[in-house]
Amino acid sequence: MSSNRESFMHGKQLTKVFGFGQQKVTAVQAVDFDFHRGEIISIVGESGSGKTTLAKMIMGLLKESSGTIEYKGKTRQLKRHAERKAYWKDIQAIFQDPFASFNMFHKVEKLLLDCIKLQGLQLTKDERFAKMKEACSFVNLKFEELYNKYPFELSGGQMQRLMIARIFMLHPKVLIADEPTSMVDACSRSTILDMLLKLRDENNMTIIFITHDVGLAYYISDTIYIMEKGKIVERGTAEEVILSPQHPYTKQLIADVPKIHEAWNLG
Amino acid sequence: MNHSIRILLKSPKFMIGTIVLVLMIAFVLIYPFINTKDPLEMMALAFQPPDSNLLLGSDNFGRDLFLELVYGIRTSMMVGLIAGVCATIIGLIFGLASGYMGGFVDNFLTAITNIFIVIPSFIILILISVSIDSRSSLVTALIIGITSWPWTARAVRAQTTSLRNRDHVNIAKISGHSTSRIILSEILPYIASYVVMAFVLQTASGILSEASISMLGLGPYNTISLGILMNWALVFEAPVAGAWWAFIPAAFSIAVITFSLYLMNTGMDEIFNPKIRS
Repeated sequence: MSSNRESFMHGKQLTKVFGFGQQKVTAVQAVDFDFHRGEIISIVGESGSGKTTLAKMIMGLLKESSGTIEYKGKTRQLKRHAERKAYWKDIQAIFQDPFASFNMFHKVEKLLLDCIKLQGLQLTKDERFAKMKEACSFVNLKFEELYNKYPFELSGGQMQRLMIARIFMLHPKVLIADEPTSMVDACSRSTILDMLLKLRDENNMTIIFITHDVGLAYYISDTIYIMEKGKIVERGTAEEVILSPQHPYTKQLIADVPKIHEAWNLG
Repeated sequence: MNHSIRILLKSPKFMIGTIVLVLMIAFVLIYPFINTKDPLEMMALAFQPPDSNLLLGSDNFGRDLFLELVYGIRTSMMVGLIAGVCATIIGLIFGLASGYMGGFVDNFLTAITNIFIVIPSFIILILISVSIDSRSSLVTALIIGITSWPWTARAVRAQTTSLRNRDHVNIAKISGHSTSRIILSEILPYIASYVVMAFVLQTASGILSEASISMLGLGPYNTISLGILMNWALVFEAPVAGAWWAFIPAAFSIAVITFSLYLMNTGMDEIFNPKIRS
């Protein structure tokens, strides 16, 4: 599926080391990746495997200890604020905890207003409202119900959908979704996943999906990277990785998925 | 924000502290307009006990102690306030910079903060006071301020470090906001209540520090403060003369001011700390 899409983001030997001396921890070790336009990539691993650290390096929120990221054929530079700002026009993210993603001192529409500002659009008040309304209706929220409210007056599912509305307004080229469904209920989960798929289909967005859930990764992604202790141990299309896993860790992860119709062997 | 203020008004501790303090400030600001005499004017014999004319008696020079006390409270409060503002601002800047930037800046600023914490600030205070010839109350306040910021810096740094990695800060970053804007709108509001509390404590300890160094005779010149009143009582042997009115009211005023500030602080703590609130 991904073979006919242009490849536009590469990671070469990405490494992140925290601390120094005896307390040195290598969170991500010599990771290579290749992302294509319009592809959904899942990075799967257990807690502490370094997937969030990798995601933050791709986002440009953490500086890599060594290695490079090539974006649109050039080595990514993020030293100056203007460079970062330009990069973040293309690369956006949704985080795990919707409650922590909002500044509780700002009303919710500020989040969407900031998107209009980031794009540098000069709009009248009515145009701004129209844009925010459109974004909210994309995620099945009524703007009128959210307007003038503070984040703590919303439910987790609503907040996470607002985060997707933000992505809808920014239409970035790459979206990094760091376990966006792990803190919302099952119902909101499928809606959120469907919205992400819709975003990909409408905008040809590349989605990097960080998760510990192999089943979810299989359901949503084209390509899967399996990460263990900071290293990519297996990569391939979703079918290859899930249906014929090669690495023992992948096999373990798949075996650990609880099945509804079978007794779960906890021994 | 309005919400927090409304809860604050419901806290009896905060309200008692605030009312006492506000009444006291109002009184010491208004009284000099009613009694326009010079507090340094000699108007009676030395160490006259309180009577209907001299409410708190007279000191060793026969000056009206009540009037001196009013001026003393004014100076002490002003010194405490300036010291509090100064210490809070320095502590805030150091704490925010080291907490938000991390890495080398953090290590460097933390080292400086630790040095200031390890060296007893009171000794620095005495040494600086001794080495400066003309000390006005403003200079004294600034000296107190620049020796008492480290604890605020530490606390602000700890809070900022934990806030820095929150997702809303990350969202603000990838929304392309500048560092100063992120600090102002994503970090400061979260620590504001804490900073206000620290400021109240710094003001209280500023008043105490001023009283302490003035007791030692190292306080400001050409002014009357609560510490200076006590210093005079000590130097001119009021306790020996049995003139309790020369030092007890001053000591009592210091206690009332700092106690009401501490009450305000604990009242705020109950409101801002959700653990205690529940």
